[in-house]
Amino acid sequence: MTFSPVGAASSSVLLFFLLAAAALLLKRNQRLLITAGFSLAAVASLLAVAAGGLVVWSGLIHKLILPIGLPDLPFHLRLDPLSGFFLTVIGLLGFFVSIYSIGYCRGFLGKRSVTYLVIFYALFMAGMLLVVVADDAFFFIISWEIMAAASYFLVMFEDEHAENRKAAFLYLVVAHIGAIAILLSFGVMAGFAAGVEEGFNGYTFDAMREAKFPTGWATLAFLLAFFGFAAKAGVIPLHVWLPEAHPVAPSNVSALMSGVMLKTAIYGIIRIAFDLIHVFPWWWGAMVLVLGVITAVMGILYAVMQQDLKRLLAYSSVENIGVIIIGIGLAMIFTSFKLPVLAALALIAGLYHTLNHAMFKGFLFMGAGAVLHATQERNMEKMGGLIHKMPWTAALFLVGCISISALPPFNGFVSEWLTFQAFLFTPALPNALLKLLIPLGAALLALAAALAAACFVKAYGVTFLGHWRGHNPLNPPLLRGTKGVVEVDWFMRLGMILTAFSCLALGVLPTVVIGWMDTISEQMVGTKIAASAGAFGWVWLTPVSHERASYSGPIVFLGILAVVCATYLLLHVRRTAIHRAPIWDCGFEKLTGRMQYTATSFSMPIRRIFGFLFNIKEQVRITPPVPPCNKGGVGGLHYHLRVRDRFWGWIYEPISDVSFWVARKVGMLQQGKIHIYLIYSFVTIIILLMFFR
Amino acid sequence: MNLAAQINSLLAALILLTAFGLLVQKRMYGLLHIFAWQGLFLSVSTAVVGYAAGTHHLYISSVLTLLLKVILLPYILHVLIQRLQIHKEIETVVNVPTTMLIGIALVIFSYHLTAPIRELSTLVTRSTLAVALATVMIGLLMMITRRHAVTQIIGFLAMENGLFFAATSATYGMPLVVELGVALDILIAAFIFGIFFFHIRTTFDSLDVKQMAKLKEED
Repeated sequence: MTFSPVGAASSSVLLFFLLAAAALLLKRNQRLLITAGFSLAAVASLLAVAAGGLVVWSGLIHKLILPIGLPDLPFHLRLDPLSGFFLTVIGLLGFFVSIYSIGYCRGFLGKRSVTYLVIFYALFMAGMLLVVVADDAFFFIISWEIMAAASYFLVMFEDEHAENRKAAFLYLVVAHIGAIAILLSFGVMAGFAAGVEEGFNGYTFDAMREAKFPTGWATLAFLLAFFGFAAKAGVIPLHVWLPEAHPVAPSNVSALMSGVMLKTAIYGIIRIAFDLIHVFPWWWGAMVLVLGVITAVMGILYAVMQQDLKRLLAYSSVENIGVIIIGIGLAMIFTSFKLPVLAALALIAGLYHTLNHAMFKGFLFMGAGAVLHATQERNMEKMGGLIHKMPWTAALFLVGCISISALPPFNGFVSEWLTFQAFLFTPALPNALLKLLIPLGAALLALAAALAAACFVKAYGVTFLGHWRGHNPLNPPLLRGTKGVVEVDWFMRLGMILTAFSCLALGVLPTVVIGWMDTISEQMVGTKIAASAGAFGWVWLTPVSHERASYSGPIVFLGILAVVCATYLLLHVRRTAIHRAPIWDCGFEKLTGRMQYTATSFSMPIRRIFGFLFNIKEQVRITPPVPPCNKGGVGGLHYHLRVRDRFWGWIYEPISDVSFWVARKVGMLQQGKIHIYLIYSFVTIIILLMFFR
Repeated sequence: MNLAAQINSLLAALILLTAFGLLVQKRMYGLLHIFAWQGLFLSVSTAVVGYAAGTHHLYISSVLTLLLKVILLPYILHVLIQRLQIHKEIETVVNVPTTMLIGIALVIFSYHLTAPIRELSTLVTRSTLAVALATVMIGLLMMITRRHAVTQIIGFLAMENGLFFAATSATYGMPLVVELGVALDILIAAFIFGIFFFHIRTTFDSLDVKQMAKLKEED
């Protein structure tokens, strides 16, 4: 029997559905349910990786038509390199997260039933896998909705907090507004794809590929689809649901949502722009690029301001989506000016970042989950010094932070570097306006990258370094409940270690990965870059030509490794080199953990510089001293800071005000008097009769 | 044939007359009697159409109409009115002369509306379609202009009469199964109304539908 990728992909999906059904049977034994359920999920994810990896590697297209669906429109499945790539991304992170979940979900044992978590986790994975293999609009929307609905329930999992319910509702609303836009876009395309034929033929992606769209309608379809997918991906200003929903979901789910669910939207944009509509006015790409740049810079600026660890990560996802969108926008611009090699470079940069972000963001959410699991705390201001209690998590989290800050030798560097390379080729464009403006985008991307580094220095430093900042400084700090803060179990560690290795591998061996991904750029923009990118063997990555730029992952990695080892040896060979002592307290003698540098103080300079971008409310309240000690001075000092997204006030509040106003006006129709209602129908009948006489 | 058509036209005229009667009548019992009369004319008209067109199942419809709309429903409403001790005077939203004028306008409108159908149709009953339509609209008008729940029910039943008449005059009646179903619906509706009247009364202490405005949400 030969290995059929499309068969493997569908059996992976089937396994997930099976898991969702079987979870109900295992309801009684929660511990077994967690172990067996997530192991099965891991296996199913591996199947998806195998299917996707093979398709991308071979570059062949596999199709399958299922005998279910609408009478005239059976479900079409199609595995091409693009969907294979996303299948791999989803499966890979799904595999790591599933292993991690075995440990993570044990934290819920005895607190709440995890049955629903397992069911919707499985449905969520199945939905995501189906989205990328669907080959007709109907099936795509169904899968998209399975994904959205399942993730809604996952966000709602801890539904006893009003905050969670509110976040889930917001998410559901934005997801559905987006889904409507996507549906309308498919409708527009199907109208042209169907041609003169009757029936649903126009709704298959094959028909859309064949169809010729007039520019105006193509623009409408693209804008609708981009709006819908941008709402899912969290492109500013449609990002508001993201920092609400991601922090409140269980951390393994946040990892998947942030790591791969946002990527299905990226898949949708690429699929629609490069595969289904072939029309490319240059301003489409420019628009996507501008939105990407805004998203990247604003996203990271908001991230720096956060004190909630998971919220910070959520805003950082917004930034990374911006970086990916920048790659896609550049690829679109290059394509519209017929520069396929550069388009391939930009597209590969975007896709590479997609893969990388899935890895390191999933990873960081797992790390944040581990911290949450151990401390029951999301606010960084109340953490600190965790490196002593959780050395594994701390070391692994550091890897994630380095990756996301785009520092070599980890993977974040490679994709951001590739994006910059794509930027540097823009002088080749024949459009003067773009030539002038795009370097500005490059500068802003550089700013975003630097701010990201600052952001994660803050996240890591405040959480893991220093001393515990919890409220009760006199007690042994890390004791909560009975067990206190302890290192997480091996399943969680294993999930994180595997992800860390994949981050490293993606950073050290970029040429191999790009060689593997080449079939995608060939399919989408019609040319390969592996020949030039790997011209100097697998050691050197030389996008386009070696005279311009080159990077060698392995050599950099070995160099860094050598320096790290040498430093370690120098410090640890002599016992006296490291000297541990209490902190010098300047003679104050009453230092507590709360006197440390905090997350708020770390981000204060950035808050001052970019203050105009935020809605900041800062309050210092001094309470008078308590009567006994009446010699002036202060009794208490309260510092209150609230940093809000400006987009709430700019966009969302006006929209909600207008809808309430309209609802009130429409509500006037409802008089509560039966005569009025009867008159409505009477008048309607009379008018209709007059018209259709 | 011709005679049957003439008789049917006469009955149609009587039905229209009773419809106006419903609009004019100010006493509750009188209203019930007029409604019963309307049912009787309808029943006779159905039988005549059945005879003229040779569709015998219309006889069954005719008998059903007689039983239901002439005897049973007026009886039930009668009992209800007694039990609930309803005011014998009818309260209107719009005064009677105005209602009458609107009713006349509706009749003219119906004739105007059905003019094209009259020219196309070959049935003996074709001229009565306008009357049927007018009866429906007058029933609706009655529902709009009356305050009391019982009068609204009578308006509703009058509308149903009009529809039934439209069915017989336009197409020689609906299939028997449909008519049986409709008859059953009317019966059940009457029972449900009866039960609801009691409930509305215990809730609002009145059968004035104006009270239902309280159900609206406050803003």
